[in-house]
Amino acid sequence: MPFNLLVLACLTYVAFLFAIAFAVERRAQAGAARWLRSPWIYTLSLSIYCTAWTFYGAVGYAARSGLEFVTIYLGPTLMFIGWWWVLRKLVRIGRQQRVTSIADMISSRYGKSNLLGVIVTLICVVAATPYIALQLQSVTLSFGVFAAAGSYGWVMPDTASTGLWVASGLALFTILFGTRNLDANEQHTGIVIAIAVEAVVKLVALVAVGIFVVWFIADGPADIVTRINASPIADWELVPTRWAGLIALSATAVITLPRMFQVLVVENSDERNLATASWAFPLYLAAMSVFVVPIAVVGLQMLPAGANPDLFVLTVPLSVGQGGLAMLAFLGGFSSATSMVIVASIALATMVSNHIVMPVWLSLRPTREVTGDVRRLVLNARRFSIAGVLGLGYLYYSFSGGSASLASIGLISFVGVAQMMPAMLGGLFWRGATRVGAAAGLITGFVLWAYTLFLPSFGPDSVFSLSVLMDGPLGLSWLRPQALFGARGMDPLIHALFWSLVGNTTAFALGSLFSFPSPVERVQGLAFVNVFDTERSEPQAWDQGLIDTEELLKLAQRILGDEPALTFFQQATQEQGTDGYLPDPTPSFLEALERKLAGAVGAAAAHAMIAELAGRARVTVADLIRVADETAQIMENSSRLEHQRAELERTARQLREANEKLTQISIQKDAFLSQISHELRTPMTSIRAFSEILMEGDVPPEMAVTQARIIHEEAIRLTRLLDDLLDLSVLENGTVQLDLRLVSLTELIDRALRAAGQVRPEQTFVIWRDLPTEALFIRTDPDRLAQVFINLVSNSRKYCDARQPEIRIAVKQRGARVIVDFIDNGSGIPKDKQHIIFEKFARLTDQTRAGGAGLGLAICREIMANLGGSITYLPAQGGAAFRVTLPLRLEKPKYSDAA
Amino acid sequence: MNRRGPVFLARRSYRMRRLRDGARLLPVAGTFLLLLPILWQPSATEARDTAFDGIYIFAVWAGLIIVAAILSRALGTGEEAEAPAGQEDDEGLTP
Repeated sequence: MPFNLLVLACLTYVAFLFAIAFAVERRAQAGAARWLRSPWIYTLSLSIYCTAWTFYGAVGYAARSGLEFVTIYLGPTLMFIGWWWVLRKLVRIGRQQRVTSIADMISSRYGKSNLLGVIVTLICVVAATPYIALQLQSVTLSFGVFAAAGSYGWVMPDTASTGLWVASGLALFTILFGTRNLDANEQHTGIVIAIAVEAVVKLVALVAVGIFVVWFIADGPADIVTRINASPIADWELVPTRWAGLIALSATAVITLPRMFQVLVVENSDERNLATASWAFPLYLAAMSVFVVPIAVVGLQMLPAGANPDLFVLTVPLSVGQGGLAMLAFLGGFSSATSMVIVASIALATMVSNHIVMPVWLSLRPTREVTGDVRRLVLNARRFSIAGVLGLGYLYYSFSGGSASLASIGLISFVGVAQMMPAMLGGLFWRGATRVGAAAGLITGFVLWAYTLFLPSFGPDSVFSLSVLMDGPLGLSWLRPQALFGARGMDPLIHALFWSLVGNTTAFALGSLFSFPSPVERVQGLAFVNVFDTERSEPQAWDQGLIDTEELLKLAQRILGDEPALTFFQQATQEQGTDGYLPDPTPSFLEALERKLAGAVGAAAAHAMIAELAGRARVTVADLIRVADETAQIMENSSRLEHQRAELERTARQLREANEKLTQISIQKDAFLSQISHELRTPMTSIRAFSEILMEGDVPPEMAVTQARIIHEEAIRLTRLLDDLLDLSVLENGTVQLDLRLVSLTELIDRALRAAGQVRPEQTFVIWRDLPTEALFIRTDPDRLAQVFINLVSNSRKYCDARQPEIRIAVKQRGARVIVDFIDNGSGIPKDKQHIIFEKFARLTDQTRAGGAGLGLAICREIMANLGGSITYLPAQGGAAFRVTLPLRLEKPKYSDAA
Repeated sequence: MNRRGPVFLARRSYRMRRLRDGARLLPVAGTFLLLLPILWQPSATEARDTAFDGIYIFAVWAGLIIVAAILSRALGTGEEAEAPAGQEDDEGLTP
């Protein structure tokens, strides 16, 4: 096969892939077709795990070590069928936090720490160099196979420059493929489709060679088994530590390899695809592995002894003249190498630009103004990173001599990326994992890996001199790179894996236990570990602060491009219900903007940019306190309003009660007025009547005198009534003038009895008094008090209906109060009338007999109230009994200066 | 803690939970089966039979794939009931 035809074939294939990617991306922009998110596309994209290592190196591995090669695929199988443990959580977090790379995830988990982002990026770049070198080596070797077959046309240059050409070609191709634009979610739909196509090509090619070998070279499976048993690899050695260790290592690598993380988490468009991939991906791996041993066995049989078993996939068909099949195999191998390099270098370039270039650029910017075109800077940074990564891979390839087996190179890379595992898995499941712990673990693991595996892999005298390898640095045998701490006899790979992971995990655990996480770390820790407990978690809310939306628009324009930024902002204003291009800087808008920017420049850089514009770095404790103050103020205001409301209610109630009372009083007044008019009218009627009779003139003189006397009596009665009314009114209003004097109670009672004796003088009353008890001097208004006493005694004289009426006057002194009881021996006042006798106009018998208006007791009550005492009816005393209480000394009238 | 939930669950949700448990146990079983060859030959005293071991490994592999396919199909339809799954994650097993 002429070399230039080969090159042409390669270029054509690459162009074909490119065309597919381009077409799909156009279709996706127009409107994402459903099939793009099908689980089968997702599963096939995961096949990026199988690179030229699988295509060529697996057969070589099998030819050298028997079945051990299968551990590289058993680990991912276990990890995928056990998706419920780790992968489900990983993908969920990745989607929720819009993670853009493994460095982004680790940095985001530990408080958006840029330091961790840098460390992880550097580890990934260094660990990827052997892997890329492996791809270069395989492509170069495969070119070499075909170039040896023919010798016309271009002659293939030597392997070193071939390697260089291949590296450059791959770099160019990757730059063209992967850095044409910046996607918000860091998703490259076109590339995913291209990889899926390439996965099919790989599988078809390998299976074709396998089928050919089993059924066309050998005679079917049974014959293959016979050949296996007859081959040098009939007996293989299972080293338990290697067997278990490699399964564990490959299980780790399938999630920590940057390219695997990219297709597994970042490019995931639907979580449910994971359920299908959980069995479909292991099926793919099994299909790729099932023909490896047959091809190895047949190759060992048919090809000369020194043939490179890594290339059996090509050389076996070639040796039986199947040029076409060999071409197909060549394309399969080439495409597997190409796709690995493309995806890996894009993933690495994303990490480098987001976590190293952008933060450095941000910190070097002198002013607040976002000047320059950030988008172009990011894209250029990525292009340079891609070229750099490939350059490093080429350097490793040329340094390591290109003679090691492919598989051994790949395993070095595996152990390197496995260093991310403690920090990542710890972060997913342990809320106590902190940034300090993660950084300590990563650095320790990286140093140990470099010391025990990476640097020795360059060969005995390139980095470590032979003496260092044999006797340890400075002769310290316990620090020998491949026999640390006396662990002699361990396989170097497992030795490196063991010590690096032990050191990593120990440093991680200790660092986490002894350090205290920042608030953002704790929030992120909660969001990550408890991701299944919340459907929607808001990792950080933005305080609006002093954000100028126009500044945000400028920033977005520079990073996303003018049109996309304007479109985004306009959508936001429409969602907010306004128009124009400047929406309100609400927290949800800022979050959405941060996510969009994170797709272009990484979460940490986007966060930092918006934080600068917002004028504060993070939600600080001070912010929280301020918010708490505002809340407290609002609560205070609302409680004050509550008080005011309660007061208003109280006032309204009181007004209602007052209104009711006033209504009642008004009713009472009406009743009073009607009563008075009734009382006044009665004597007036008599007076008028008799006056009229007298006016007639012809009344005999005796009758005239009688009638005149009646008129006189009635007039007196009327006057008395009016006096009483006036008195009562004065007493009630409290405008009475009290004449306070010191007076002897005995004298007062004497006076009262004398005055009351005028009532029914014909009736003999027996009066019982206890004179010693009456020997008190009281300071009060004597006339008024006498009035009360007179009234009471008069009432008794009028109403007592006993045959031998008696009145008993009992005086008692209780402390500062004097109690005077007037008790007669009549029939008393019936129970149901006892409470109304003090009311105005209340009379128990008809009026003519009493001769009064019924105001007497009412007046007494008012007088006693004015004198600071009281008058009450005492029931069950054997007759009508009234108790008068009053203070011994009334200093000043009860109602003084009443208005 | 969801200890206040009912003691006797409906059959359907019980089955769902057992399916999830099955999904968690499958890789454990797979690991055990795939590490079993270590026990057959503690150290290389007598050489191993590549053919036999190869067939064993691929048989186990195929079995794991088939069981995983069945489980994921059964679980895939229950994926919509994520909330119970999320709460259930507090039950006993960590993830």
